[in-house]
Amino acid sequence: MELFTNQVLAGIATGAIYACMALAVVMIYQAIDHLNFAQGEMAMFSTFISWQLMQWGVSYWAAFIITLAFSFVAGIAIERILFKPLAKAPVLTNVAGFIALFAIINSSAGLIWDFTIKQYPTPFGSSPFLGSQLISTHQAGMIGVTVLLLLGLYFFFQYTRIGLAMRAAASVPESARLVGINTSWMIALGWGMATAIGSIAGMLIAPVVFLEPNMMGGVLIYGFAAAVLGGLSSPFGAVVGGFLVGVFENLAGTYIPGVGNELKLPIALALIISVLVVKPAGLFGRQIVKRV
Amino acid sequence: MSAAEEVVGEGHEAVEAVPKRAMTLGTGTSLLVLAVLLIVPVFVKNFIIFQMTMLLIYGLAVLALNILTGGSGQFSLGQSAFYAVGAYTSAVLMEHANINYALTIPISATVCFGFGYLFGKPALRLSGVYLALATFALATAMPQLLKLNFLEHWTGGVQGLVVTKPDAPFGLPMSQDMWLYYFTLIVTLAIYIFSVNLLRSRSGRAFMAIRDNEIAASSMGVNVALYKTLAFGVSAGITGVAGSLGAIAVQFVAPDSYTITLAISLFLGMVVGGVGWLPGSFVGAAFIIFVPNMAESISKGLSGAVFGVLLFLVIYLVPHGARQIAIMGQQLAGKIKRN
Repeated sequence: MELFTNQVLAGIATGAIYACMALAVVMIYQAIDHLNFAQGEMAMFSTFISWQLMQWGVSYWAAFIITLAFSFVAGIAIERILFKPLAKAPVLTNVAGFIALFAIINSSAGLIWDFTIKQYPTPFGSSPFLGSQLISTHQAGMIGVTVLLLLGLYFFFQYTRIGLAMRAAASVPESARLVGINTSWMIALGWGMATAIGSIAGMLIAPVVFLEPNMMGGVLIYGFAAAVLGGLSSPFGAVVGGFLVGVFENLAGTYIPGVGNELKLPIALALIISVLVVKPAGLFGRQIVKRV
Repeated sequence: MSAAEEVVGEGHEAVEAVPKRAMTLGTGTSLLVLAVLLIVPVFVKNFIIFQMTMLLIYGLAVLALNILTGGSGQFSLGQSAFYAVGAYTSAVLMEHANINYALTIPISATVCFGFGYLFGKPALRLSGVYLALATFALATAMPQLLKLNFLEHWTGGVQGLVVTKPDAPFGLPMSQDMWLYYFTLIVTLAIYIFSVNLLRSRSGRAFMAIRDNEIAASSMGVNVALYKTLAFGVSAGITGVAGSLGAIAVQFVAPDSYTITLAISLFLGMVVGGVGWLPGSFVGAAFIIFVPNMAESISKGLSGAVFGVLLFLVIYLVPHGARQIAIMGQQLAGKIKRN
């Protein structure tokens, strides 16, 4: 039983990472209706920026804030410069654009900071949390930050004018334009926010997986999986999906014989597909009624 | 672009509609391309022949994806899995059962058709990004499955299998590379003609009806479930043939040659060639084979970035891929004729 609780808690801790990433994925999906395959690389690049700032002697929290601001602006810039011209292009062309962006960021980060693995500091410390051996304070901090982020987003979308405008622009762009919402800028704003959330995910993950240009590969896959499991139209679902994927991945690795580390990912994905076959819109997603 | 208007269906699987006439090249152009493909190998070095063989093989794999996505509107990031199954089928049959390489190709086509058909069954309920994730899962799982212990006796585990390259038959005075090229060309031609006819047939029209509007198609009496799984099966079967040919050409199969990177390359090939335009598959294949090499030669450290920038350039200039160039060319030729 102790092994079980151990694994569940560890799963919740890694799940917090996936939840964060999934939140970023859902943010951008809401704004533009695409899965951004370069999201993980964007988060990695932001994390490198914060690391570089700290190398130059900036304190952790100052670097954190600067990185958030940088990511927000960079996200908007990427949308304005690279993806706005593609708005009318076929969907699959956009996906190719994301893959191109992925290659560009990954390769540039490798050239600037090389591929050696770097230590990344944690603001929470790595001692055991509240004297228990199960999770560290950093992991507890990650869970805390994710929950705070979710609450913040909830209030933003539910109770602010601009949050309302963004929701309107995402769900019915034509009508939103008619009531005077600048939908094009709402999309850019969505990119900025998603990039900023992604950078938070990156900075929280870096102490666990260490900093290097390929650090987000696996995390992004789990982030996608979590977002799809929870429902792409629901930020809350994405977070729940993240925790579920984390816990399931750990339990499968421990209890199913022959799974081990190698087959963890395929097993987790297989589970998600089984869920989707039963509930095609995800656990918390809205079922969209189609008209002919 | 009046001929290639875009159909934005429900959901996210918006794929451009392909007018029937714009699906292939004209007869004259086709014959010209065929003549070039037949004659050029006589004059070039073995390495270039090998690259041309790979071009045809990747072209076939992109063509298969094109039938699935451009034809039936389903999206797949898992083509590398079918490619791997095809490659391993051939390799195992040749090395363990001593079956002639040419015979392994129909076998792996059948095996992959079954595999794709079975995969298409549960995937029926998924569409758009959900289907993308499901196929993606298949692609990530495949290298791990090929490494499994109890299959190691057959698959060679992490080490993979070495495949012997066939000699030219009937004592033809040809190098192995050249024979393999012509062999690949024959197979490619056969499959290309089959695909064109398939998309023009009743089944092909059913695919396209499903792509354009699933609900309308089903209310017209199209058996949506059957045709969607059939599209998966055919696509997987052709990809399997490409995999078999690839295994024979490279003379080696190993789990790590068939990762998600391959699936992504094939996808890029389809977009660059033009979704739904069959000849574009080979243009796309040329892009995914040669552009990374070119990027490498421009800058070693930044090859990924150079590749990304080139890809961006292509999708900015021609968002509909090589097909857009072909259509512009046609219109230009028409204008010249009229004057």
